Amino acid sequence: MKRTLSHATKRQTPTESQSASAPTRSAPASPSFSQRRRVLGGLASGALLAPALKPAIAAAADAGPTLLTPAPWTLTPGDPLVASPYGMPGPAERDVIRRVARRPAMPGSGSSNTPLQDLVGSITPNGLVYERHHAGVPKIDADQHRLAVHGLVRQPMLFSIDDLLRLPSESHVYFLECSGNTASEWRGPSGLPLQFTHGLLSCCEWTGVRLSTLLDETGIDPSAHWVLAEGADGAAMTRSLPLAPILERALVVYAQNGERLRPENGYPVRFFVPGFEGNTHVKWLRRLKLIPAPEMTREETSKYTDLLADGRAREFVFEMDAKSVITRPSPGHRLTTQGYYAISGIAWSGRGRITRVDVSTDGGRTWRAARLTGAVQDRALTRFEADWQWNGGPAQLQSRAVDETGYVQPTREALVAARGLNSYYHYNGIQSWRVDADGEVRNA
Amino acid sequence: MREQMHKRMIRASAVGVATLVSALFSAHAFAAGYGVGTPVPESALSAWNVDVAPNGRGLPAGAGDVAHGKDVFAAKCAMCHGAAGQGGIGDALVGGQGTLASDKPLKTIGSYWPYATTLFDYIRRAMPYNAPQSLSADDVYAVSAYLLYLNGVVPESTRLDAKTLPQVKMPNRHGFVPDPRPGAL
Repeated sequence: MKRTLSHATKRQTPTESQSASAPTRSAPASPSFSQRRRVLGGLASGALLAPALKPAIAAAADAGPTLLTPAPWTLTPGDPLVASPYGMPGPAERDVIRRVARRPAMPGSGSSNTPLQDLVGSITPNGLVYERHHAGVPKIDADQHRLAVHGLVRQPMLFSIDDLLRLPSESHVYFLECSGNTASEWRGPSGLPLQFTHGLLSCCEWTGVRLSTLLDETGIDPSAHWVLAEGADGAAMTRSLPLAPILERALVVYAQNGERLRPENGYPVRFFVPGFEGNTHVKWLRRLKLIPAPEMTREETSKYTDLLADGRAREFVFEMDAKSVITRPSPGHRLTTQGYYAISGIAWSGRGRITRVDVSTDGGRTWRAARLTGAVQDRALTRFEADWQWNGGPAQLQSRAVDETGYVQPTREALVAARGLNSYYHYNGIQSWRVDADGEVRNA
Repeated sequence: MREQMHKRMIRASAVGVATLVSALFSAHAFAAGYGVGTPVPESALSAWNVDVAPNGRGLPAGAGDVAHGKDVFAAKCAMCHGAAGQGGIGDALVGGQGTLASDKPLKTIGSYWPYATTLFDYIRRAMPYNAPQSLSADDVYAVSAYLLYLNGVVPESTRLDAKTLPQVKMPNRHGFVPDPRPGAL
């Protein structure tokens, strides 16, 4: 099947595509989003495609049945081996990239989003994992880098990367989600497309050493109840974490998806606390200090705290609750023919496995169970699909996740009733995509 | 795994004993780990060990007053945070008291931060953005004092050091509640 890029739109860099203004109905057509004008793979007859391609497809259809002949690339040898020593996506995939929703005041202090609308399965390719930095990406010499484990231990220790590679390792597929993900929807539908509503979310196979393995080397003083994790970046990013719930689960990670960490994801070593909000997974980890009580760092007091309607704020809000979103179709996609579509999406929970996802096509009036496709893993993205016959009328697509604790993904209204409108972090409300009679899909 | 945990608990309870007899045994005599990594004295980590606890643990020697802090702020901070700390390309640091329950809450040092020690910890490790860890301890105490003064938290005559900074009472000290989840939204 042909996958084509439109040249009708001037290609823009991700940073040019930012939109800091209040979301509007026109947001899905913003430059960053409209640049992704492509037929989505795996769908019959270009049934689901972005607006710019519609005329081209229509013209092709007018030409009648195509008589298949050998394609040009079949009639000549291809490129030699290692033409690209580190393989890159094909040229037609050039718009599957991280994008910046809001240009940060400081170039290194901000976030970029994963293009969830273009991804399938549950694994995020390393080059597309979302970023959130507080002082840019440091250029670390891995040979000189050391991880100090100290404080309330019997014997403070330094670990080189070679030391970490010698120790027993574990590999797990886990999601990573910024606590600010989907904050755009607290006050109602933002009009933004999926990459900007839910793209502070990625999922990789992470490999590293258990926190408890390192603490076996140092010993733990009985008065140690928290651990301070600190980065080697210019922000020396720091969070305090309770020791008991994470001791056997947290990892000191040096690899993602089978290769060493990317610089923007913490090279050469980062902390990883499965299910906890992203900022606790401190990148470029240089220090783990056992302490009796939290240090009340800037990040855990003035930043990653959740303001309630009465002016008080929740502190140490760690777990990311169960959540799901439909990735296809999603805003920017357009349905061009009536008939069958597999509604596809992802679900995840910071408290365990996803046990069920329900899908509604009528705005939540009726629900039916989706299929969980692929592996269902602890604290990992879980792909779901639901069959749908589009009859050409307006529809409202929603998904609702349930995890193994029995927690059911709430509505936005329920979240607002519990926390007000100023909470910002930890928004996990049911997301709704509106399908208009002309097939356009919008966040409205 | 259960066996590992059991061993760890035994080791943890043995730490006190180990301390008493540490003169008799090498560092790894009690370690049930893999013997990987390099033992290091705590004192060798002092240049990295820059975190400050709410009770003041970790604060260094030195002192600074509001007047000196005003000079430091003008030279190093105002370009991003505004001449009066009102914010610019950097966060607003001043004002906002009484706004937290409103439609437009302004979270600043004066309106939101629960501990004054956090000021020293954060400024020392991360500010100014273009040159982190470049300020002296005296400068950090001074600019902390100035910011607290701008927020009306301390008088203009204030001079802060390791003893006095943890004693500063922040307006929003009791503005935080624990996470009620799971079991509540």
